[in-house]
Amino acid sequence: MKRTLAVIVASAALVVSACGSKEDLGGSGQQAASGEVVVGSADFTENKILAEIYAGALKATGATVSVRSGIGARELVVKALQDKSLGVVPEYTGNLLNYFDKTNTTTEAEEVYTALKSKTPAGLEVLEKSDAEDKDVLVVTKATADGGVKSIADLGSGKYALGAAGEWAQRWETKVKDLYGVTFTEIKTTDAGGPITVDALKNGTVQVINLYTTSADIKANGFVELEDPKTMYPAQNIVPLLRSDAVDAKGKEALDKVSAALTTENLADLVKRVDVDKETVANVAADFLKTVTL
Amino acid sequence: MTAVGDIAKYLGDAGTRAALLDMLLDHVYLSLVPLVVSVVLAVLLGLLCHRFRQVNATLIGMSNIVYTIPSLALFAIIPALIGTQVLDPLNVIIALTVYTTALLVRPVAEALAAVPAHVTAAATAMGFRPLRRFLTVELPLSVPVLAAGVRVGSVSNISLVSVGALIGTGGLGTLFTDGFRQRYLAPIIIGIVLTLVLALVVDLLLVLLRNRLTPWARVGKP
Amino acid sequence: MIFADAFAWLLDPVNWSGGKSIPVRVGIHLLYCLGAVLGASLIAVPLGLYVGHTGRGGVVLVGGSNALRALPTLGLVTFLYLIAGGGTVGVLIGLIVLAVPPILAGAYAGIQDVDRGVVDAARGMGMTGSQRLWRVEVPNALPLLVGGLRNATLQVVATASVAAYVGIETLGRPLLDGLRVLDYGQFVGGAILIAVLAVVLDVVLAGVGRLVVPAGLRLSAAPAGRTRSRRTQRGRREEPVPVESGGSTA
Repeated sequence: MKRTLAVIVASAALVVSACGSKEDLGGSGQQAASGEVVVGSADFTENKILAEIYAGALKATGATVSVRSGIGARELVVKALQDKSLGVVPEYTGNLLNYFDKTNTTTEAEEVYTALKSKTPAGLEVLEKSDAEDKDVLVVTKATADGGVKSIADLGSGKYALGAAGEWAQRWETKVKDLYGVTFTEIKTTDAGGPITVDALKNGTVQVINLYTTSADIKANGFVELEDPKTMYPAQNIVPLLRSDAVDAKGKEALDKVSAALTTENLADLVKRVDVDKETVANVAADFLKTVTL
Repeated sequence: MTAVGDIAKYLGDAGTRAALLDMLLDHVYLSLVPLVVSVVLAVLLGLLCHRFRQVNATLIGMSNIVYTIPSLALFAIIPALIGTQVLDPLNVIIALTVYTTALLVRPVAEALAAVPAHVTAAATAMGFRPLRRFLTVELPLSVPVLAAGVRVGSVSNISLVSVGALIGTGGLGTLFTDGFRQRYLAPIIIGIVLTLVLALVVDLLLVLLRNRLTPWARVGKP
Repeated sequence: MIFADAFAWLLDPVNWSGGKSIPVRVGIHLLYCLGAVLGASLIAVPLGLYVGHTGRGGVVLVGGSNALRALPTLGLVTFLYLIAGGGTVGVLIGLIVLAVPPILAGAYAGIQDVDRGVVDAARGMGMTGSQRLWRVEVPNALPLLVGGLRNATLQVVATASVAAYVGIETLGRPLLDGLRVLDYGQFVGGAILIAVLAVVLDVVLAGVGRLVVPAGLRLSAAPAGRTRSRRTQRGRREEPVPVESGGSTA
């Protein structure tokens, strides 16, 4: 049975690649090798905006660029860079370092960046980091905060349920226990700072959620960010991660200029324009690029 | 209503309209290539089923099992099985081909089996070799059944492609994930409407094609 | 190798206890699927029987049910989540919409395919419309009706994984989580669970079908082609029950 299935799949693959070679499917991996730069993004608004900004900056240098948006979590994105489906992705220094070096304990911005540069696998590289930062942050409702929860340390042991993306537990469950002695009654899988996460906090399914500091939802819902005095969450400066051979020197220079122009404030504003004002990612990115001299 | 206003605002942007067209074309490509490939595969496999009883039982059993695999799972496991890139549209195309072929094999085998014995006997008596007999007599006679299967296959492919958005290759499905994250109904509504319209248009074309291929079906009708 | 990882995940005791354990997820998955198939049956069976019996509205029914098939479940589920402000209702409706067309097709085709001669005979015996429907047409339609239910169940079980995207803890959770971080063990493990669940439900429904379908009908219930002759022979040997008595037991 398995053999028959293999035959079906293989012959299908043959036929499809035969007809597929003539077709042009925007952003398909096959074109990546022939000089086109594919910019990828993870599945949340800010990352999509950054990808669109990178794409615009690269286009301005004369490169052929396409965007593959909303791919998933870091693991998938890095894999896609390595197998040449993608050329460049917007990344975050701290989490990227933790991904490349599971034993990392560095959290301060410069140290993280230095360590990241040395830990990035061969074939990939990170460019200059931006001052703009988008950190993970645990937030609670105003009511919970008024009840005396101001810092991660106040969460105590087994008192609250947490809502976060699927990979949170794997990355942080042990660290939050070691640093603060905090455990949760339940770590509910929601999404990466999206509607499921926010609604879970609003309707009381969980009492703490993991969001990102540039998220428009924090202000819109009056959520309170918990302090992180022992810096569990590392610095998360925005940084382009790329496959070295995918982008030329001019392109790298353009991306460095973008990073220099980005600040946490203007990034948060771009996110708000998309998530709250429903402007398009493309327009918001284009507006931003007008303010950068490439 | 705000939804109407939102949709007008959403469609008012030229960049968005261009992006919508791209997604629509991707969607057509992702859903119809598997359809065409599976018709060919299903006819070949159906022929095998028809000729060899052993193959018949195996294939029919297998095609039932294929349908229990969640589409999301099939989309994502293909790179690990055959070494394609994780974001390659081929993953979705191959997965949908597997589903559609599974859907078509059984009706095709049954349609071939249902060709009356006296018809094939007549063709043989007229000196038709098996291949010619298959291509000019048995296959055309099974077109109505094949067409019915292809219509179901096209509709379900067009609706299934959207799930690919969860792995970054979703055609119009991207509108659902984007709209959801932004809590924005406009792209979701437009995605649903475009999917329905696409399914309808393809279905109409398939009906026309079927009528074209089965001229005898019109004989005797007023 | 992938399958070894998947079995490692499936056998890991960690995944068998607590609020996110495999049994809990199987339960939630089942609950949504049963709810959806039940809900869809309540809509589709009466509608299919009515249209099949009266012969009115057949074209509208087929067209409408094809349009339903084209509705993308992911789109529907996200749309309804945003409107209803939660996943439960959206997922249920999304799955019901998915299950209606096959059940409708089964009920409608079942009634349609009943030999007109049989129905005429019933009329000739003086049966009223509803007697004909319940004592002749429905029993005769059962094989196709159960077939429709089985198709619907297969599709719903496989598709309920999409529910995890809007935060419902079905078996789609390990699928989506595994996918996010490319943990193939978790991912394929989840897929295997869903496939097994679908097969088990299908076998159960096939059994139910065998119980409720009148014995005499199994002769005609066998699919066309080569298999028909084989099954008919076997059926004759095993079930020497005349058609008439089969009809009246239902």
